[in-house]
Amino acid sequence: MSSTTHDDHAHNDHTHDAHGDHGHAKPGFVRRWLMSTNHKDIGTLYITSAVIAGCVGGILSMLMRAQLMYPHNHIISSGTEWNAIITAHGLIMIFWMVMPALIGGFGNWFVPMMIGAPDMAFPRLNNMSFWFLVMGFIFVMLGLLIGDGTGAGWTIYPPLDNARYSPGIATDFSLFSLHLAGISSLLGAINFIATILNMRAPGMTMHKMPLFVWAILVTAFLLLLAIPVLAGAVTMLIMDRNFGTSFFEPAGGGDPVLFQHLFWFFGHPEVYIMILPAFGVISHVVSTFSKKPIFGYLGMAYAMVIIGFVGFVVWAHHMFVSAISTDSRVYFEVATLVIAVPTGIKIFSWIATMWGGSIEFKTPMLWAIGFIFLFVIGGATGVVLANAGLDQELHNDYFLIAHFHYVLSLGAVFAIFAGFYYWIGKMSGHPYPEFWGKVHFWTTFIGVNLTFFPQHFLGLAGMPRRYPDYPDAFAGWNFVSSVGAMISGASTAVFFYILYRIFTSKEKLADNYWGEGATTLEWAVPSPAPHHTFEDVPVIQ
Amino acid sequence: MSGEVHTATNQIKSTVPHPYHMVDPSIWPVLGAMSAMCVAGGIIFAAHFGNFILLAVGLLGAMSTMYVWWRDVVRESATPGLHKMITQIGLRYGMALFIASEVMFFVSFFWNYFNYFFYPDKMGYAMAPVWPPMGVTTIDPFAIPLFNTMVLLLSGTTVTWAHHCLLEGDNKGTVQGLAVTVMLGLAFLCGQAWEYTHSPFNFYHGGVFPSAFFIATGFHGFHVIIGTGFLIVCLVRAMRHQFTPQRHFGFEAAAWYWHFVDVVWLFLFVCIYYLGRSAIVAG
Repeated sequence: MSSTTHDDHAHNDHTHDAHGDHGHAKPGFVRRWLMSTNHKDIGTLYITSAVIAGCVGGILSMLMRAQLMYPHNHIISSGTEWNAIITAHGLIMIFWMVMPALIGGFGNWFVPMMIGAPDMAFPRLNNMSFWFLVMGFIFVMLGLLIGDGTGAGWTIYPPLDNARYSPGIATDFSLFSLHLAGISSLLGAINFIATILNMRAPGMTMHKMPLFVWAILVTAFLLLLAIPVLAGAVTMLIMDRNFGTSFFEPAGGGDPVLFQHLFWFFGHPEVYIMILPAFGVISHVVSTFSKKPIFGYLGMAYAMVIIGFVGFVVWAHHMFVSAISTDSRVYFEVATLVIAVPTGIKIFSWIATMWGGSIEFKTPMLWAIGFIFLFVIGGATGVVLANAGLDQELHNDYFLIAHFHYVLSLGAVFAIFAGFYYWIGKMSGHPYPEFWGKVHFWTTFIGVNLTFFPQHFLGLAGMPRRYPDYPDAFAGWNFVSSVGAMISGASTAVFFYILYRIFTSKEKLADNYWGEGATTLEWAVPSPAPHHTFEDVPVIQ
Repeated sequence: MSGEVHTATNQIKSTVPHPYHMVDPSIWPVLGAMSAMCVAGGIIFAAHFGNFILLAVGLLGAMSTMYVWWRDVVRESATPGLHKMITQIGLRYGMALFIASEVMFFVSFFWNYFNYFFYPDKMGYAMAPVWPPMGVTTIDPFAIPLFNTMVLLLSGTTVTWAHHCLLEGDNKGTVQGLAVTVMLGLAFLCGQAWEYTHSPFNFYHGGVFPSAFFIATGFHGFHVIIGTGFLIVCLVRAMRHQFTPQRHFGFEAAAWYWHFVDVVWLFLFVCIYYLGRSAIVAG
């Protein structure tokens, strides 16, 4: 990283004096962090909360792998406790770690900057999105800690979570936590769409928008249309539990499979909600460190749009063993396989961008290449699972666990770290230590692969998910997997050391510390980006 | 084409200040989120322990937050230079997108209904595969529901009457049109309340038909309450001469919302009341 003092910028001068009394100067602590209407501060809040939630979710996964390290282990005392842990791990990692980091964090920080806007369209709403998330996190933690906890799994299927099998108050807290997180996402989605459609600088046409902005736009539309369906389904669950209705209660004529339809109509777009912003980050990083514009820009943008559309019509591939008709299975299998096409366009274009480029293996680029490698593995096992016939065999075993951790905890999380190392200088003004960034990458890369690759073998051998114990025959690969998890856990310590180094660093960074490869608008403003960017409208040619 | 796109180096720094409204820091978002948490927790406490205190606190907090927050928005809109044209367009995007999400919320309840309407064999416990289920007497669609349909359609015209008066600068007509619309909204709610209290089936432990019926019509009724409240706010603002023929987005948003509520009702009337009626109806 080049580390020169940043050149004084024209818009630095009148940021603070001209409009000073309008809340444009940096406010005090309470005004800045509790009452914020600034997209960068709110983005920072999101990233901080994602780090905290990631630690909580990560501790839960360490507990799980510790329990599964040896057969007949007794680290976790009961199956009920186990169920509470797996449920909270899933919910926290999805709603309070990946989504806040990618959408709330990087989205808030960089979408306005990349389109040349001074802030988000609805700054107060933006703040409320964040605080709804915090309230939801309190609820999901209550759902984990009260009584027996919530043990229905993150998919909250009835009858597992109905009043008979989950009578406690904890399940209600978890269900309402989804309402709170859902409202947060929904308000955020409205804000992002309004910002992107309405606040682009002159000359920033849709077809010139950076790919991260395209990714957030498509993601926001998915949220806008999918989250309310989850809200409806969760509302019906809460009513079944508490108000004597029979939506999913067969005794009153209800249909539990209907819940699965509603849940996955949300749940499948949710998968793309987590991975599309990751695609956006990876496009920027790959282009920057190959010193080439992204290959096939329009194809990349519209591939995400197509993934968004098709993502809404494939939901029942999560339900191949849930009493749906053969015709439905055929349709959902074929529709699911179609998604491999636009995803292939993405992978192809990233590789074509690198091809012939002048590649620099800085830490963000390592994470990005790691992402591509691991996402291809997760994508390939996804093609396997899309086959309804094979899925009959593989459903709900460790092959599935390996698949979705390869696309999410190795895909989305690698993209989060790629984005973190790519942008932390722009956000903090200080460089990260390159050596330790690479140590973090390699320890994580080895750790997660060691954790999840053996789970393919366990799944193919028939080990089911969601059990705290297994027959002795599965002991070997489970031990390897747990060792991998401990390595990944240890790599988190490296990450915190890097955070310490960044925030104690005295070094200052230039505006564009990545050089010629970094071409989007956030590199045209100082590092750290001033409290308010673009007081004057930038014009894009 | 990608060679020359979105490059920072091609950026020209103009000296034109941006036209957007930069909002001052505000405590309402935190209070709103905390109130929502109290509402959610309050529902849980009410359901499990019969304790309504937290729910009451939450609802009071939520309503107060809405009042002070939107009071701020109204004041800002009246402050010259804050809500320029592009900010007004942004508000339109926001409202339209919010209504789109509301549509998807109702999709989940219609999906629930159609699941049994089209596939009655999916009902649990070997119930006879007919919809409405055996033994359920439904509400006569041509009694109160038809009356309510007429009320809502008429309210759609009266809100348009108010809108045209507003565009003509006829404030008295605007107030009249809005007042009539609010009264029609209240009339609809009265009809719905009468229908609920006299319904031939029960919500609580009534089985799958009442569940599907009450959640769809109930959430619609709840949205009518919201829409009526929104229109009442507009009525008060019209009486205070806060709308001009050029700028009255608060009114337009209320009208959009009202039309959305109206359209949902038409689907409810056709699909649930009419197509879902039993051979013998009560009413």
